[in-house]
Formats: sequence, C-alpha cells, structure tokens
Amino acid sequence: MFDSLSDKLDLIFKKLRGQGVMTEENIKEALREVRLVLLEADVNFKVVKDFVERVRVRAIGSQVLQSLTPGQQVIKIVHDEMVALMGGGEDNSLDLSAKPPVSIMMVGLQGSGKTTTCGKLARYLKKERRRPILVPADVYRPAAIEQLKTLGRQLSLEVFDSKADQDPVDICREALKYAELSGFDTVIFDTAGRLQIDEYLMNELVRIKEEVQPREILFVADAMTGQEAVNVATGFNERLEVTGVVLTKLDGDAKGGAALSIKAVTGKPVKFVGLGEKMDALEVFHADRLVSRILGMGDVLTLIEKAQSTFDADEATRLQQKLKKSQFDLEDFKNQLQQLKKMGSLESIMGMIPGMGKMMKQMQGNQPSEKELKRIEAIIDSMTRKERADSSVINGSRRLRIAKGSGTSVQEVNQLLKRFTEAQRVIKQLQKLGPKGLMKGMGGMGKGIFPF
Amino acid sequence: MTEEKKGFFRGLMNKITGAGEPPSAAQVGEADGGEAPARPGFFERLKRGLAKTHEGLIGRIDTLVLGKKQIDADTLEELEEILITADIGVATAVELIRTLEQRLKRDELRDGEALKSALKEEILVRLSRHAASLDTVGASPFVIMVIGVNGVGKTTTIGKLASKFAASGKKVLLAAGDTFRAAAAEQLEIWGKRAGVDVIRHQEGADPSAVVFDACKASLARNCDILIVDTAGRMHTKVNLMEEMKKIRRIVGREIPGAPHETLLVLDAATGQNAVSQAKLFKEAADVTGIALTKLDGTAKGGIVVAISNEFKIPVRYIGVGEGVDDLREFDPDQFVEALFQ
Repeated sequence: MFDSLSDKLDLIFKKLRGQGVMTEENIKEALREVRLVLLEADVNFKVVKDFVERVRVRAIGSQVLQSLTPGQQVIKIVHDEMVALMGGGEDNSLDLSAKPPVSIMMVGLQGSGKTTTCGKLARYLKKERRRPILVPADVYRPAAIEQLKTLGRQLSLEVFDSKADQDPVDICREALKYAELSGFDTVIFDTAGRLQIDEYLMNELVRIKEEVQPREILFVADAMTGQEAVNVATGFNERLEVTGVVLTKLDGDAKGGAALSIKAVTGKPVKFVGLGEKMDALEVFHADRLVSRILGMGDVLTLIEKAQSTFDADEATRLQQKLKKSQFDLEDFKNQLQQLKKMGSLESIMGMIPGMGKMMKQMQGNQPSEKELKRIEAIIDSMTRKERADSSVINGSRRLRIAKGSGTSVQEVNQLLKRFTEAQRVIKQLQKLGPKGLMKGMGGMGKGIFPF
Repeated sequence: MTEEKKGFFRGLMNKITGAGEPPSAAQVGEADGGEAPARPGFFERLKRGLAKTHEGLIGRIDTLVLGKKQIDADTLEELEEILITADIGVATAVELIRTLEQRLKRDELRDGEALKSALKEEILVRLSRHAASLDTVGASPFVIMVIGVNGVGKTTTIGKLASKFAASGKKVLLAAGDTFRAAAAEQLEIWGKRAGVDVIRHQEGADPSAVVFDACKASLARNCDILIVDTAGRMHTKVNLMEEMKKIRRIVGREIPGAPHETLLVLDAATGQNAVSQAKLFKEAADVTGIALTKLDGTAKGGIVVAISNEFKIPVRYIGVGEGVDDLREFDPDQFVEALFQ
C-alpha cells in the first residue's frame, strides 16, 4: 500500500535528473511501473495496455514543466488520462425524468451487494423527496425477500409483498401496477444475483426489462473484483444495455480498478459508490477520488470525510478551545487516541495522506503500534481525574500505583508522561507560530507527526 | 452476503446422484420444465469454469512462446505480466519467475513446451505443499468457524457443508452468528431445514457472541459431532468488526476447549489482488486454518488460489463450482492444475 506509484516513479527518475524532454528510452521503465500499479489494482490487462499506450503517446516529447519533476509529470499525465477515462466532469446523476412511476432495475453477480444497495438507494431517493417502493424479485436465494423487507422496515419504506413461489417477471409486472395505483413515483427492482453466462437467468432479466421498461438499469459491481470484471460487465451490458454502475464495498482496501475496466469496456458511468454496510453509506461517485486511490496518491478528501464522520464536532471545538488556552491535558490526549482508533488502523489512515507512504518507511520502528496505543490508554485510565487534568502532581508513589493499576511498569508510565509533556510543549510552540509555522514545526519534530 | 439460486438442476441432480439433500429440498428447484441434459462431470465443470483462465493464461503463454527458439529474460518478464493478470498475485508471480529464471540458467528451459511444463510443475508444487483436506474426526464437537468479507458466500457454503456432513451421518448444529445483516438468520434456517439440521439463532441485532455461546452449550448438550458457526461478513480493514470476530473466537474456545478446530476463510474466486489482503488480515486476526474458494463456475478465475496458498501457507479445503450441494468439493491440487493447463 505504501509503495505508491509516486514513490516508485521518483526512484526511477532519480537517474534522469536534468533531462528536459521525455523520450521513448527514458520513460520505458516508468511506464512499466505504471502498468504494474494498474495491474495490481485489478484493472483489466487489455484496458491497461490501451491506457499505457495513450500515456506513452502523450508523454513522449512533452516538455518537462519547470515546476515538475519528470516523475510528477508522468503521474500528472496518468492522472489526467485516467480521470478522463473515468468520465470526470461527465454527468453521472440518476435519470428519473419520465412519467412516474419510474423504474430502476438492479442487476449483478451473486454477493455483489444488490439488495443492500437497493435499500441505500431508496433511502437516498427518499431524501431527494421522491416516493420509492422496493420490489424484491429474488425468489432464488433463501430469505432474500425477507432481507429487503427487513431493510424496508428499518427505513420505513414500503416493500412490495413478493412471495418466493412466484415468477419474478410476474412479481415485477404486478408491483409496477401496484405502484402506479398507490402513487409511488419510483420503483426499485431487486433482482437475483446471477452469472452473466447463465442463459436461463439472463433471459429472465431481459423479460423483466421488457415488462417494466426501466429508466435506469444499474449494474452493481464489487470493488474487489479482479480481471473478471470486464467479462461480467460486458455480459450484462450486451444483454441489458445497462445505464450505470454502482461500485460497492469500497470501504475495504481494494483499489477498485475494476471500475476502470468496466467503464472502459462498457462506456457506462459509475453513478454511486457503496462505502459500508449501514444504510447511509452510499455516495455519488467522484472520478478523481477513485483515480487517486488507484494511483496510491493518498485520498485526502476521503480522509477528511472519514474524520468528519467519526470525530465528534462538539468534542473538536472543545479541544480547539483547550488548545488555545494551552490546557491540553491527558484526558484530551486519550480522547484523541480513541477518535483516531475509531477511524481504523493507523496504517490505513497514514496511507490516505499523500507522501506519508515514504515517511512511514523512514519512521519504521518509531511509529506507535496499535498495541502501544492500547497500553497508553490503559495507563491514562488508571489515573485519577486530578492526575489527568494536571500531570505535574504525579509523583513517585502515584506512578507506582498507576503502573500497577494498568498492568504496566513505572518506566512505561514515565515514558508516556515524558511524551505527553513533549506534546504539550510542541502544541504551545505551534500556537505561537500560527498556521504558517505549522509545517515548519512538524518538520523539526523529527519523530513524525505524532508527538507521542 | 451469501447468495444462491436454485437452478432447476438441483432437484434433478439429487435424484440422479442420490446424494445431498433430503427429499423436501429436492422439489423446490423445479421452476421450469424442459429436457434434462446429462449433467457434465465435476471435472468437466471445473475445466469449463477455468476455461477463460485457461484461454487467458495458457493462450497468452502460447502466443508468447510461439516461434521463439529460445526463452530469454524478456520472455520471462512478459510471462510475469501474464501471471499477474491471471490474478495470481504480484508476489507469487515474481517468485515464480525467479524460480523459472534459475531453471533457465541451468538450461532446463529450451523451448516453449519446456517453459509451460516447468510453470505447471512449479504451480503444482506451490499448491500441494500445503494441501490437506479437512479432518473432522479429531474432536467432538468439531467446531468450524466460517469467516470472510461481505458477499463471498459464507452462508451458502455452510448450507452445503451441513448437507455434506449430515449425509455422511454426522450430527450437525449450525449457529447463526450473523446477527447484523437483514434476514441472514432466516437464510441459514432455510439451509438448515434443507439439510435437516438444527439452527441456533437469536433476534437480529443480538450479540453474535451470545448466539455462539448458546450454540456451544447446545452442541455439547445434544452430543453433536460438528458445530458450524456462521459469522457476519466483515471488511478486513474494519478494526471494530475484526475485534468482534476475535471475541467470538474467544467465547468458542472458552466453552469448548481447543475450538474452533477449523477457521474457514471463504473467498470469492472473482476477487482480484485484494484476496491477498483479505487472507493476510483475517489470518492475523483469526488464525485461519483453511480456505474455501467459492463461485469458481464463472469465467476467468481461480488464479488467486495459487497466491493465497503460496504466500500464506493455508490449505485450500473446498472449492465451489456451482450452486448445487454437490458442487462444493474438496480441493485437489492435481485436478486443479490439470484443469488450468489442459
């Protein structure tokens, strides 16, 4: 994860310092790296081939901009080309402008997340002031209908009362009629998962499509899919002419290169991304963010959003106040740690910060591990409230008590206190320097961003 | 999560093979009439499933070595890329190429055929090094905990396993440890009914550890041979969910010493390079002892198995090549490589 493309390219181009123009020779190696990065991100090899060729054509002979190193320049080209390929700037909103009730059909492989996405989409549409109804048309998988009904209950949305012994096409026909009579303006059809090579079941989808005339057919794809993504997407698109793609399970560490392949072979835009199991974890797709993720350039926007969603806003303001008054105490220290932990593992957070990849490598051994964080928490938990508010009262016998209480040693307590005092000192300095001095201050800290 | 459909083959197949499910399940499948084509054998289906991998992998290797009198370093470099694109994984591909390079230096690879058979050999070595089938005799109840990310087919695999074990005369109990996803417990119950085994479940949103605790007690009280624990799908990068899983493990181990005897990681064959990351993090958190590879009946798939079993030294126990109960089979490296290269 930390071997980001930029790190690798930097290394290659070190040899090429001072060359003003990119030639066939000197970017050959760089393009090989680009190719490997894309393959590692599960982009289909045919797509990669075409793509790299495009980058090569654009890169050769291009002047190296003064402000950029050759490595940065290649990355810029790769980035721009990829955003263009993903349809950055194109309109990827849902097209629901038709006479209600408007039908939306969800299709895809087994386990790609269709039913969950149906629930999320219905919730999203409800927020957009539409009146959606969910229609379970998966009569094959045990309890699939029950699953959608449960989701409907959770979201207080109506779910069509399908039965597992009905024909899916009949269900859809009846549901559409019902929706029209009951005044629903959007109908979401959840179809069963199927392989694109399953003739019988693909025919069923075609029949449903003819029956309900959907305005949108969304192909639900798992972000973790490998080379296979191309075949699957082509298979579904050829039979059904899908109108858009929903990329699910992007909350893991998969790069989501499959999206690139799907877009390249079908030309259909990615409309939404699924970022978790909860019903609110559906977002409109942003091409540039996915591209940054594939290239390992860090995903600051996602990090910020993640931080915003986990960090308690009140807590943050309180902390800011405290920092201003230099009252940062051990209690805050612990809260910070806990909020950090909520966001996931330290490594995954660091990976989202551009340039951190390289830094992490240099810092190896210096960074606090998850285990250490746990210990720090235990030590702080073993302190009295008074001690947490003012660490200077902690004398020898208190230290012994804290060590015993937290199952650590006095040395570890000492170490924590020392680090904490350092952190306090750094914060005080940063206050004086103001925002501009922030970066300078960090550079001087040596041990990295974390003061502990 | 686990999804499956009942092709009309199911009922049919059970009648032909006489294996698998009790008669109550046999009738559900007949959705459509039509003539009954002879069901291809398992090897045929595996081969067909791997056909695209085959075309991609072997086809491209053939093109690569076509007309080449000599195998050189450039050829190997291209081969490396072909291996990566077969989802074999970067680290394993690199390692395979290193080995081939050494053999090249020893002058063992004179032409394309030699290269192909050497590659086949090396892949087989890597797959069989850690191959071992699941032996449930060692303990009673033998506890199998099934884990994996969302939508790989955990519940379906459990359903098939339960039928398998029940058919071989074992007393099986299932624990519906997925209390998060809507209707997950219902899904397992339907599978339980089909296999004729009991399912321990709680309400949705209950603590999975509590379900598992009850299931452990029940399996001891009822003298079960095998207890299979279903768990909710979880992204391997979510710390809190991985902690929850560790807790389930601890409970099982406390109630039944030595359990879980098998921690089965379910992987979707369509997964790309991310499968390596899944295997790594799940192994760290839950000490995975076996792998089940599902959905091998699609097209370009299966390469990732080589990476996982090579990099993590975890044996592949089962592969699923279809939706029928009978389509979950014990993994046989020879057969797999044979199908890949034929």
